[in-house]
Order: sequence, then C-alpha cells, then structure tokens
Amino acid sequence: MARTDEVETVENKEAKDALAQPPVIGPGYDFVSITDKIASIVQRGTPVGWYLGFAIPFILTMMLLFAIGYLFAVGIGAWGVDIPVAWGFAIANFVWWIGIGHAGTLISAILLLLHQKWRTSINRFAEAMTLFAVACAGLFPLLHMGRPWFFYWLLPYPNTMELWPQFRSPLVWDVFAVLTYFTVSLVFWYIGLIPDLATLRDRAKSKWAWRAYGFLSLGWRGSADHWHHYETAYLILAGLATPLVISVHTVVSFDFSVAIVPGWHSTIFPPYFVAGAIYSGFAMVLTLAIPIRKAFGLQDFITMRHLDNSAKILLATGLMVTYSYLSEAFFSWYSGNIFEAYVELNRIRGPYWKMYWILVICDVIAPQVFWFKRARNNIWTLFIISILVNVGMWTERYVIVVTSLHRDYMPSAWGMYSGSVWDYATIIGSIGLFLALMFLFVRLLPTISIAEMRTLVPGSKGSEAK
Amino acid sequence: MNQPHQLSGSTNGCEGETHKTKKTFWRTLEELAGSESQTNLVKRLEQHAVMIENALDRRDFIKLMSASLALAGITGCSVQQPTEHIVPYVRQPEEIVLGKPLFYATAMPMAGYAMGLLVESHEGRPTKIEGNPAHPASLGATDLFSQASVIGLYDPDRSQTTMYLGEIRSWGVFLEEFLKDISKQRASQGAGLRILTGSVTSPTLADQIKGILTAFPKAKWHQYEPAGRDTAREGTKQAFGDYVDPIYHFENADVVLSLDSDFLCAGPGSVRYSRDFMNKRRPDVSNPNMSRLYVAECTPTNTGAKADHRFPMRAAQVEGFARAVAYKLGINLPGSGATPYTDHSDAIAALARDLQAHRGSSVVIAGDYQPPIVHVIAHMMNESLGNIGKTVRFIDPVEANPTNQLESLRQLVNDMNAGTVELLVILGGNPVFTAPIDLDFPSALSKVQTRVHHSLYYDETSALCHWHVAAAHYLESWSDARAFDGTVSIIQPLIAPLYSGKTEHEMMAALSNNPDQTSYDLVRKYWQQRHGTGGSTGGSSQTSTTPGQASSPPSNTTGVAPALPNPPDGFDQWWRKSLRDGVVANTTAAERAVAIRNSQQAGTASNIPPLNPGEFEIVFRPDPSIFDGRFANNAWLQEIPKPFTKITWDNTALISPATAQRFAIEIDPARRGGEHGNMVSDVIELNYQGRTLHMPVWILPGHPDDSITVHFGYGRIRGGDTGSFKGFNTYLLRTSFAPWFDVGLKIRKLDETYELASTQAHHSMENRDLVRAATLGEFKQNPKFAKSEADDPSKSKWLFPNWSYPGYAWGMAIDINTCIGCNACVVACQAENNIPVVGKIEVMHGREMHWIRIDRYYSGDEHNPETHFQPVPCMHCEDAPCELVCPVEATTHSSEGINEMTYNRCVGTRYCSNNCPYKVRRFNFFRYADYDTPVVKLQKNPDVTVRSRGVMEKCTYCVQRINEAKITAEEQDRTVRDGEITPACAQACPTRAIVFGNINDPNSNVTKLKAEPRNYGMLADLNTRPRTTYLAEVRNPNPEIKTE
Amino acid sequence: MIGKRKAKLFGLSAEYADPQHLLEAARMICDAGYTKVSAYTPYPVEGLADIIVTKKRRVAAIFLIGGLIGGLGGFFMQYYAAGITYPINVAGRPLFSWPSFIPITFELTVLGAALFGAFGMLAINGLPQPYHPLFNVPRFSLATQSRFFILVEVKDPKFEYDATRRLLERSQPRVISDVYDW
Repeated sequence: MARTDEVETVENKEAKDALAQPPVIGPGYDFVSITDKIASIVQRGTPVGWYLGFAIPFILTMMLLFAIGYLFAVGIGAWGVDIPVAWGFAIANFVWWIGIGHAGTLISAILLLLHQKWRTSINRFAEAMTLFAVACAGLFPLLHMGRPWFFYWLLPYPNTMELWPQFRSPLVWDVFAVLTYFTVSLVFWYIGLIPDLATLRDRAKSKWAWRAYGFLSLGWRGSADHWHHYETAYLILAGLATPLVISVHTVVSFDFSVAIVPGWHSTIFPPYFVAGAIYSGFAMVLTLAIPIRKAFGLQDFITMRHLDNSAKILLATGLMVTYSYLSEAFFSWYSGNIFEAYVELNRIRGPYWKMYWILVICDVIAPQVFWFKRARNNIWTLFIISILVNVGMWTERYVIVVTSLHRDYMPSAWGMYSGSVWDYATIIGSIGLFLALMFLFVRLLPTISIAEMRTLVPGSKGSEAK
Repeated sequence: MNQPHQLSGSTNGCEGETHKTKKTFWRTLEELAGSESQTNLVKRLEQHAVMIENALDRRDFIKLMSASLALAGITGCSVQQPTEHIVPYVRQPEEIVLGKPLFYATAMPMAGYAMGLLVESHEGRPTKIEGNPAHPASLGATDLFSQASVIGLYDPDRSQTTMYLGEIRSWGVFLEEFLKDISKQRASQGAGLRILTGSVTSPTLADQIKGILTAFPKAKWHQYEPAGRDTAREGTKQAFGDYVDPIYHFENADVVLSLDSDFLCAGPGSVRYSRDFMNKRRPDVSNPNMSRLYVAECTPTNTGAKADHRFPMRAAQVEGFARAVAYKLGINLPGSGATPYTDHSDAIAALARDLQAHRGSSVVIAGDYQPPIVHVIAHMMNESLGNIGKTVRFIDPVEANPTNQLESLRQLVNDMNAGTVELLVILGGNPVFTAPIDLDFPSALSKVQTRVHHSLYYDETSALCHWHVAAAHYLESWSDARAFDGTVSIIQPLIAPLYSGKTEHEMMAALSNNPDQTSYDLVRKYWQQRHGTGGSTGGSSQTSTTPGQASSPPSNTTGVAPALPNPPDGFDQWWRKSLRDGVVANTTAAERAVAIRNSQQAGTASNIPPLNPGEFEIVFRPDPSIFDGRFANNAWLQEIPKPFTKITWDNTALISPATAQRFAIEIDPARRGGEHGNMVSDVIELNYQGRTLHMPVWILPGHPDDSITVHFGYGRIRGGDTGSFKGFNTYLLRTSFAPWFDVGLKIRKLDETYELASTQAHHSMENRDLVRAATLGEFKQNPKFAKSEADDPSKSKWLFPNWSYPGYAWGMAIDINTCIGCNACVVACQAENNIPVVGKIEVMHGREMHWIRIDRYYSGDEHNPETHFQPVPCMHCEDAPCELVCPVEATTHSSEGINEMTYNRCVGTRYCSNNCPYKVRRFNFFRYADYDTPVVKLQKNPDVTVRSRGVMEKCTYCVQRINEAKITAEEQDRTVRDGEITPACAQACPTRAIVFGNINDPNSNVTKLKAEPRNYGMLADLNTRPRTTYLAEVRNPNPEIKTE
Repeated sequence: MIGKRKAKLFGLSAEYADPQHLLEAARMICDAGYTKVSAYTPYPVEGLADIIVTKKRRVAAIFLIGGLIGGLGGFFMQYYAAGITYPINVAGRPLFSWPSFIPITFELTVLGAALFGAFGMLAINGLPQPYHPLFNVPRFSLATQSRFFILVEVKDPKFEYDATRRLLERSQPRVISDVYDW
C-alpha cells in the first residue's frame, strides 16, 4: 500500500521542512480553516477585480472567434502560409500549446508517484492549465486544414466508402495522441475533483449551487470504501498519465522527424521535444501561479518552496533543451549532409537569424540565473524569466517549422514566409481563450485540492493513535 | 454534321492526339449547366438588346441561347458548331459521341504567319490546342502563344458587338453608314481610303484587298507589325536585290552562328527550327556527337542559353562582331564597321576556323532585331561558306505584300496629318498603342474623318475610332494563312462566333460592297478560282514595292503558293482533304535561286554612334509572354514566368549585375513570398531622347553592361480586366528611327521600390547536383558522368520489399540538354488540366499553381553564366514521401506507379507539400477556380476535375489521357502502344525534350532514354526512386576556345 | 424534518472531531462483531480501510482489462484497415507496416485503461448515487469538510437500538444521531 510509505515521507519531510526549506503549507491550519480558506474563494461573491481581469481575455476570445469566422469564410489563404512554407503559425502554436499542456499532468502524475508532497497545492490548477492548453492546441490542427469541415476524416469511423485514415501518417498519430491525452487528463482531473465538489455541495448556500455541485459530485460521501478504491484508481491513473505525457510530445515530434525535410528529419526530436514541453509547461505554471497566489492570498499554500522547485526544474529542462540545440548543430555538421548543414547555418545567419537568436537568449541564457537561490526566491525574476521562456519556446517552434521549410532541397523553390494579420489574431486570441478559461476555473472550482491539503494538516494521521 | 466516314483512309498517325476522354462527361455537363443558361442569358440580353431588332442578329441571339441550353445539357449535339461543314482531323464516328472529343485541323495566324494546329473539341467547345504533325511549322508541337490562344476565344472581355463612339450598334446599322462612306470614296477613286493591316499571308485576304485596290486605284494599303521583321526583309533586299525569305535547315548544320537571333523561340519558324536544331544535339554512346552553337547576343535569349559559346555584347556591337568574323572568313564587306569589335579575338578566329571546317554544313543566322547590314553580312557568310542551297534556302516571300512596314506606317501618318485620309479601315492591330511614339499616331488619327477599327478587343485604338467592329477569333473564323515556308493552311472554325464577331474577309467584303458574303464563301470561292485559273508561279517578287511608299496593288498571284493543278477527284474532295489535313498539299514554296549582289552595293554599314560615357544603350524587345501586347488580356500568358527573370504580370528594365552595382541598384526578397514570389526592386528613371519612363529593374546575369533591355507590350490602358494597368508601357520610348536599339539612354535611380512577382529569384544551385552537366569531351571520356550511386537500383538501401508493377509502369524522361525553356509545356499543362490563374498578388505570396515549372539556374561567371533550364513536373516517386504523411489516403500510388491525388478525399493539411523534396505540389489556398464567369467554363476540360478551395493538386502524368488510351486499347483487345499516350507537356514540347511511356516495355522510347548513360534521377539519393528522370546536359564547346 | 413524516430508521451515526477517535471507535465497533458498519471522512484516513472495509475490489484488474482491449483493438484496427479491408500502395511501404502502428496502439492502450479504470472505480463505489439516508442528517454535511462519522446500519444482525447506541456513546463521539430513511 502506497499510503504507508507516504505517511513516512510526509513525516520526514515535515521534519526536514522544519529545519531546512520553507514548509509546503503555512502554520496554524486545521481542517476547518483550510477548508474555509480554499472553498471560500469559490463561494464568496465575485470580486470586481475578477470582472476586470476577465474582460480582456474575453475580448481576445471574441477576436479569436472573428478570426476563425473569417478564415472559414475565405479559406486558409487568409494566413501567411505558402509554398514552400505550407505550415506556419498554426503548427508552431499547436506544438507550443501542447508543450504547455504537459506540466499539469506531469506535476500531478509524476510528482504524485514520487510522493512529492509539495505538488498537492499546485496540481489542481496545473491540471486545469493542461486541459485548457490542450484545448487551445487542439484548435490549430483543425483551423490549419484546407477543408476543416472534413476534420472527422482523420478519425476511424465506419463509412460506406470503407475508407480509413492512413495510419502511417504522423498526423493521424497526433489525432490519437492528443485526443487520448485530453481525455485522460480530463478524467484524472475530474476524479481528483470529486471529493472537493462534494465539499462544495455540502457548503453550498444557494439551491442552484447545491444542485450543480451535487450533480457533479455524484453523491460522494467519503466513505472508507470510496476512499479505498478512489486512491487505488487515482494512483494507477497517475501511473498511466506519466508515460502518456512522454508519448504525446514524442508523437508530436514525429510530425517533424518522420518527414524528410532537412532540419526536421532527426532522431533527437522526441526527447528534445519532451524536455521542451516540460520546460514551457513549468514556465507557464509559474506565469500563472505567481499572480493567482497573490490575487487570492494563497501564499500559505503555494509557498516559496513551490516556486523554488519549479525554478529548479526550469533550469534542468532548460539545460536539456540547450543540449538538444547543440547536438542538432553538431550533427548537421558531423553528418556531412549538405542539406542539413545548410539549414543549420541558415537558421543562424539566414533571413530568420533574429528569431533564432531570440530563442537562444530566452531559452538558453535567461534560465541560467536560476543557478542562484536569490533569483529563484525573487518573485519578479521568476515571473519575468518564466514569460521569457514562454516566448522563447514559441520562437523555437516557429524556427523549427519555418526555417526548415523555407529553404529545403530545391533552391528553385526557396521562398519566404511571414504571418498575416489573421495569424497574429489567432495566436493572440488563443491566449485570450486560455486565460478566459483559467479565470472561469478559479472562479467556479477550488484552485487547490482541499481533500489533499487536509492530509497536510498536523495531526491528520490516525496512526498517531496507535 | 458531315459524313466523315466517306473520308476514310485519310490521314495517318495522330491516335495520340485523338484519344482523350473519360466517362466523366455527365458530371461535367452538370457542372456547366449550373449558371450558364441563366447568367449567360442575362448578360447577353443586356448586350444584345439592341440587336434583337433585326433578323440577322436575332438568329445569332437564338444561336447563343440554344448554345447555352446545349451547355445546360438539354440537348446533346452541339448547336454551336459552325453551320458550314467542317472536317475532323481523322476518321470519326458519324455524329458526336458524348464525351468523345473530336479533333479539327486549323491554323493560328500569328503576326500573319500560320502555325498549324489540331484543336480538341468537346461537344462543340474547343478546349485544347495541339500542334499539327502534318504542318511544317509545327510538326506536332506548339509555342506558348498558340497553346494559350484558346482562352483568348473565351475571353469575357472580348468585344462583343459593333460600336459607334462607344455605343452599341448593330452590324446592319454599321453597314448602312459604312457603305455610304465607301460610295463617297468610289467617286474619288478611293483617294481618301486607307487600309491598315498587320503582315498578311492569307491568300484570300490578299486577293480581296487586291480587288479593292483595283476598284479604288488611289486607295492605299499599309501594313504594320510592332514586332515586325523589317530588318530581315531589308537585309535580303539589300543582299539579293529583292525580297526573299530565308529557310534554315538546322538538321544539316553542324556549326551554327547566331548573330543576336533567338531562332529557337522567336519568329515564324522557331518551333520547327528548334526541333531540327535539337535533333543534332542528342549525344548518346552510339553517336556521341552534337552540333555546336555560337551566339553573339545582347539580351539573353533562350537560344543564347543553349549556346556552347555565348558572347554577350551590346546590340550595337553585334555588327562589329559579325564583321570581325566575316573578315576572318575573308569576305569583302560593304561599308566599314561602325565600331570595330576587338574583344574575343582568339575566340573569333577559332569560330571562323570552325565555320570554315564546316562549309556547307554550317548556318549563320542574324536576328530580326539587328539592322539590315547584319543580315547582309550573315547572308554573305552563308554564301562564302557554301551554305546557301544546303543549310540555307531562299523562297519567295511568304507575305502577300512584303514592304518596309515602318516606312509604310510613316507614310500613312503623313497622309493622315496632311488630311488626305478620309476613311481609314484598321484590320486588327492596335496602332494607337503600338505605333512608334515619334509618329504621334493618335493625333494623326484624329484628323481622319471616318475611322473604322476591326479587332478582338475594344482597345486603345477602338476608343479613338468612330466605328469598332468586333472581330471573330481565329477559332471562330474561316480563313487561310501561310506558314514560314509558304505552306498554305485553310483555317476552319471550331465554333460559331460566340459574340457577333466578323472576320477580316467579311470586313473586306463589305468594303468591296458585297457585305452578305460569308467568309466561308469567300475562302472557298477563292480557292475554287485558284484551281480554275491555272495561276502563274512566283510570289510577290513581281510586285515592285520600294520602301517608303505604300504598295501599289499587288499582282494576281501575290502571296499565293505556286499554281494548283486541278484536283483529280474534284474540288470538293480537295477541299475536304485540305481541311482535314490542315495543310494544302503542294503549296510549300519552291526554292528560289539567289545571288549576292556586288558586295559594294549590297547594303551600307548602319551608323550607330558609339556610346558616350555615362550613357546607355536601350534595347527594345517584344515581351516573351504577351508579345507586342496583343495577349495582354490572356491570363495564362500573363502568369507564365518569363524564361529568365521568372517574373509574371510585369515587365522590367533588364540590366547587368555590374551596371546594377554601379548604381547601387538592388533587388531584395520581401518578408512574405521572398525568392519564391515577391521581390522588391528599385525603380529607375529611363531618360531617352527627352522622354522619361519610370520602371522597376531586374538584374539579369549575362546581360551586357552599359545596355538596358526593355520589353514592350505592357502598360495597356484598355487591355481588358486582366491586361489593363499591368507593367510599364515602353512604347512610350520607342521611336521609328530606332525601333530595336539605340544609344543615348540616361538612367537615374529613384528612391522608390516596386514589388515584382517572380517565381524563382534564386539563381544558384547551391552546389546541389540537381542539374548535371558536362562538356562533350567529358561525356565521351565518361558517358556515365551524371550517374550517382542512387541511380544504381542494386545499391538502393531499402528496408522493405519493393512493390512490383506488372503490366504498365508509366515513366517520363526529360532531356535537359534539349529543353529550350520556351514555356510551351507550362501553358499546355495549364490548358489540359484546368489549372487556375491566381493573379499577381497570389504569385507574390508564392502560390502559383503551375503543375510543371521550368527551373532556371545559372552557373559560372555572372557576367556570362551558363544558363540551365530544367522542367520540373511531379517525379511520381515510387517511395513517395508525400504519400507517407497524408493522413487520409488522399494521395496514394496506383498499380501503374502513378502518384495519384484524390481531390475529393483531400482535407488540405499540406503536409505532403512540406514533405515533397521537389516542391511540385500546388495548393488551392483560396477558391482559385472561376465558377462564376459562364463563358470561361466553356474552355474547361471535361475529363479533368476543377479543383475547389482547400485541396492539394499536382501533375498527374495526364492520367485522363492514360485511362482513355487504356480503354481504347481494351476495346480493341490490345495493349497500349508506345507513343499512344502523350501528356500535354510532352505533346507541346517543340524539341521533344519530354518523353513519356511504359518503362516495362523494353522497346518503348522512354525505356531507351532511361537506359542512356546521361539518365539520372534528381535527389534520388533520398531514396524516393523517381519515375521522372533527367538526361544530363552536354555542351559542346570549341576546344580551341579556352573559357576564362 | 425528522419526525414530521413517517420514517423508518436506517441506522445510527456518530460524529467525531478527529481521526484518532474515529479509528478507535471503528476498531471497537468491529471488535464488537458489527458488520454493517461504515466510516465517513473528509480525506482518506490512514489505516481506516484495514479496519472497516470488508469488500475490497480489484480496481487494478479493471485497468488491465481496459488496457488490453484498447491496445489489441487498436492494433487490429490498423492492421485491418491498412492490410485487409482497404489495401493500397502508400509510399511503396508494405501493407502491414507494423512499426507505424505502434504509436496509436500505445495511445489506445492508455485510453482504454484510463476510461475503464476511472468508470470502473465509480461503479464499484456505487456512484453516482444522488440519494443516501445519511444526507438526511444535517450535520453529515461536515463529513466532507472537517468531521468524521461512523454509521451502523439497522440491517446489521447485531443491531439493537439501545445496545448499539450505548456502544457508540462509549467511544466519546461529539454527536450521535438517528439516521432515517423514507
């Protein structure tokens, strides 16, 4: 039983925490106060600030809808894509969002398996972040199709023509990977929510809230049997989610590495992409966590220790990504393949050199400051660097997609690409959509898993009675 | 319909052309049915409201109605076909079989000269132009102009009615007025009557005009072609004392010297010439020999691109060069060289020796844009080399009335200014736009009391004329015309005039006061006479025309082939045979003995002053894609990337790299589109003889320094929706004194830029072995020089078992060595496969749709580089990267090895295009296909799907032709014969550089070519195993000339 | 509301303030031989399951079955589509190019396992279950927040109102309430 060892680790941890790091939860909380603290965020009346904050993402979302409407009306030509660069912003955005979507499941799953107690206070919104990011990501493969109304042709479904998807195509793998990832993350997230939904149900003041939460909590009563099976299932789900996270971005990287385009056709892509995904994911976690804990006064639950750890992970994954850049450059030379060599040089010195160096600054140089504890413990440094990394990771995808395509095998077909106004409207709009969903989430659901937090309260362990 | 079954046993060959259909007919018909019958009628109703009054036009109107109904699929048989009997090319079923195209032989007159054609007709709609194998100028191939002419027929901007001062009038009303004017002229013996035409080779038309000139003794006939051949004409007159036409026999020439002549891509005989020439340049192991081509030229031409030695020089220096060569040949030349040519002296000596060594088997040919003296020198060289009678033959002029057209026009203008011209009838042409600027044609024209313009479009000239008569397109007309070698073709219409167009013959008939004669009657009657009267031999040689004065009435036999014996089996049979074959038998002009006059009286040196420092030479050329501007509204031609610049939709000032450097002139790729689409060029001011013009620049490697080439034909104001306000009107700088080149140009760089749509601005091959080339010497040492490891199938590293292709396995071989980059294949493909035009903006965005493109690379020194043309269609890789990544099986492999696109299944992820190393895939980013203009739909090939928005498309090897041939073969219980299937590109190719066939058949032409040592697969080391392979380029430089 | 209507007793519930008391009570009651006993806690209390949960179901097995169905089904689907029902030459690759089928097979394995597992768990827990007699006990709403409950059902053969109530009182609960069902 996983539980027992966990208890020990918790004890050791808290012992250690007392001496070393700041604890994962502020002092002086009991079951009542912790429940009130978190649940009240949802239950107290909507603060004006929330409306103000929600307004901007909402407007951006409307812009996104308009951009999509226009795109469907006139056709994909509204974007900057051309021959030879037939993929542009859309795919870069897709990979970027998917990457961001990785931190959530990673935090809740892998850290759960590793019994990292500090995860409990950030996993809930990290998972939410995953769902919304993947939702945004899912938009782009649809939008970038020439005939989006036939998107379902990529799914295996019985049809009179007896036609199937072409299962050798990485794009089909994508469909399965992303859909699976979204579904599993959703299930994982929802299962995790059920006890808290029950809490909200039982604290509900209005009849409607009571009905809604009552319906969603499926009549959860927290009986010993419930908890028993619940925990097993949750643990196994975590076990499943972990390889899934790895596989999803591996598959995404296949979109490129399976193709023969120089600059894409490279075996390092899967690990390189997974590292990049975790990198950008954690960056986004920081970008979101820092304002949220401030806005809702959750400093006691999302403590400096969480931020510090995230920063360390940023540093680690950042170094992995850096390594990938280097090895790419090295092999483009070492392979002696003139096409690969040209693409690499073209990235560095070609028409898109600015993009390349932006990515180097943001992804390679910026996170190095996290070697210093002072930087890791400074809210502003954390916030700024995390944003830089997000920017850098988008640029990286842009560089991969565009610079490889725009000058590949035949100089006669070399061309240039740049996004149209509609490309920009779409990416900015998708960020708006993402934030809008986050705002709704923090408003309607507990940002932090109350049930799990209770286990962190001193004296929460029955075994002390023995 | 006719009874063609009576014509059995008629012509041979050409099954290739006749097999073209698929069982998709009804779907296509429904497509057509859509808006044709409604919108078409509405449009017509507006335009023809006036015309419904009188019976004649009502009949036309009814015809149009029924035509549209026919298209709506209500009646199967084609109501629109001409009422007269037209005769299909080969034996056909008794009446139209739905979905089975018929072929008709006809000819396209281009600047007067005939290009023999076979036109594919679907239910009465001409849809595709092919060359007529029986026609000497075509031999089954075509140039891009004739290929594109078919959408000229369906051009919605074509003038559709008779107009008076811009208002619609009926033909009847016009005739009343016109006949009044004529009767006035009759009183004055036509002293005020002038007829202005282009070059005329049509015997019937010549005969009509002759008739008119006899009826009106004082009337005058003027001719003017903006891209005319005065210099060549005068050259022969000066050399031989009389107008004669040279015919070159490159098939017998081992050494060719071109003095600024683009004989491969310009001029009436070019299609034939390029075939003959290239037949001597296909080295293989058995016969590793090829002819040698020296080119001295100014503006880089396709001919120069194929040269073994190219000497770039200012146009004015060509004479000096010619003299230098002639001197080495020991020829005593008339006059003294304006500026002696000093460069390349060793090369010239070697060249002379080479010519000497090939007496009787060499050709010296001078360009139409060089002054007469250069032609004289060329003729003298040919004579002293003993080429005349062997590789160069002379015939009587093919033109009905050869004359110095510039002088002829000048005189017309003088007459008009003098006010002596009362009635001016302009047949075709657009002089207001094209006439030399110094003649100020428009103001002269305004002095004429009655001005009648007969043309296809209501253009700049029509706007300044009282009357405008809509001309019938040649595919709607009965007429006749002669090829460069004199062969007569009778032009039969494929379709009754879509609009109320009139032919030149009908205009002339009206002028000679019997307007109710149809052109059918006229042409037929003329030829009946030709048989009746035995007709004396000889051509226009009898007509004494001196330049500077308009011609007197030509004699009876002017411009007519030698006398025709009475046909044994009656005129009707003769007529049918002539229509069916597309050529009139025994009309090829006989060789004419000529002798160079005493060299002293033969011509004088042209007196072009030397170039002042700081000044430039300005060179005028007709545009490679829209010619003199007459094709400005032809969207296909507008979107053809020009052979060297790859620019579409525009013309530029071409300058050499060094000159550009001197003026810090730059061309930069734009952020979007870039080298494949959008180049931002500096704008310069051209200042020539006090006239200035601002236009963008293109830096052209190989262009001589201190010289600037401008193409004329662009800058139309009334060129139709497509043609108007495109490019820059360089006619504004072109004077009658220096129509082709002159010194004294000053240029200035402005701080303006202009966005050009160029599909390939990247010059270098970046050390990639896409085009593989060697010299003949290297080839002889190592015939397999082009082979790479990947070309050896046994060495192919491949995890999986290869698919086997029993039965047919289609493949293609493209001989880069014989490709002249003429673009005919590109237009042919566009016509055959319903490929849409996307417009300048979309080309700038890198989204042009051509399924086959011609890549142009340079190698070597940018001042005189080697130019390589490489046609790139789909490679139909056996291990196609595009197929692997398609998520929906929209692109898959056929059992015969064709990489097939299933448009209906495509969802448009564009992954395939990314993964295509050859970048031959094209995507419908918008809905490019025109679903809205009814008349445009008539041209569509019913055997090919019209692609809508959001789907990928690409070369299919013309799968519709393959399937059609297979069906026929199955019906006849046999396998498809080699050569039975010809893709559109291969069929159009003048040099037969593209060969298609079954690579499983060891005896097929393509298999043999692929077996040749020069054969290689492009990027084959990616293991794509392309079905389309290339034959490497081999040049034959003179070993005595060391290339620096 | 209790008493207003005719209701029948469902069981007795006792409420505790902290997990220690709960555990002791649970142990005591079970030792007394009660079988129809269940405990309700705001979070999984360590050790409780060992004392009170009688019917342990193999959730893991359900995951396994789901995974197998997903994986095998997925692989066969691809093989059937590419090799049997619509065999077509794609890029010269063999019809049965199994390496390309691995990614989807994996994804479907995970998907099958996750869905089966998650819903299987709910099913085992008898969820969704909108109504339960305990919901009639007003204070039970604390069970999902801060308090710990034990319920002894009437169904229990040893159940006897007074005796059971006395037994519960011995475990120092905060409150003991009758649970009615109707």
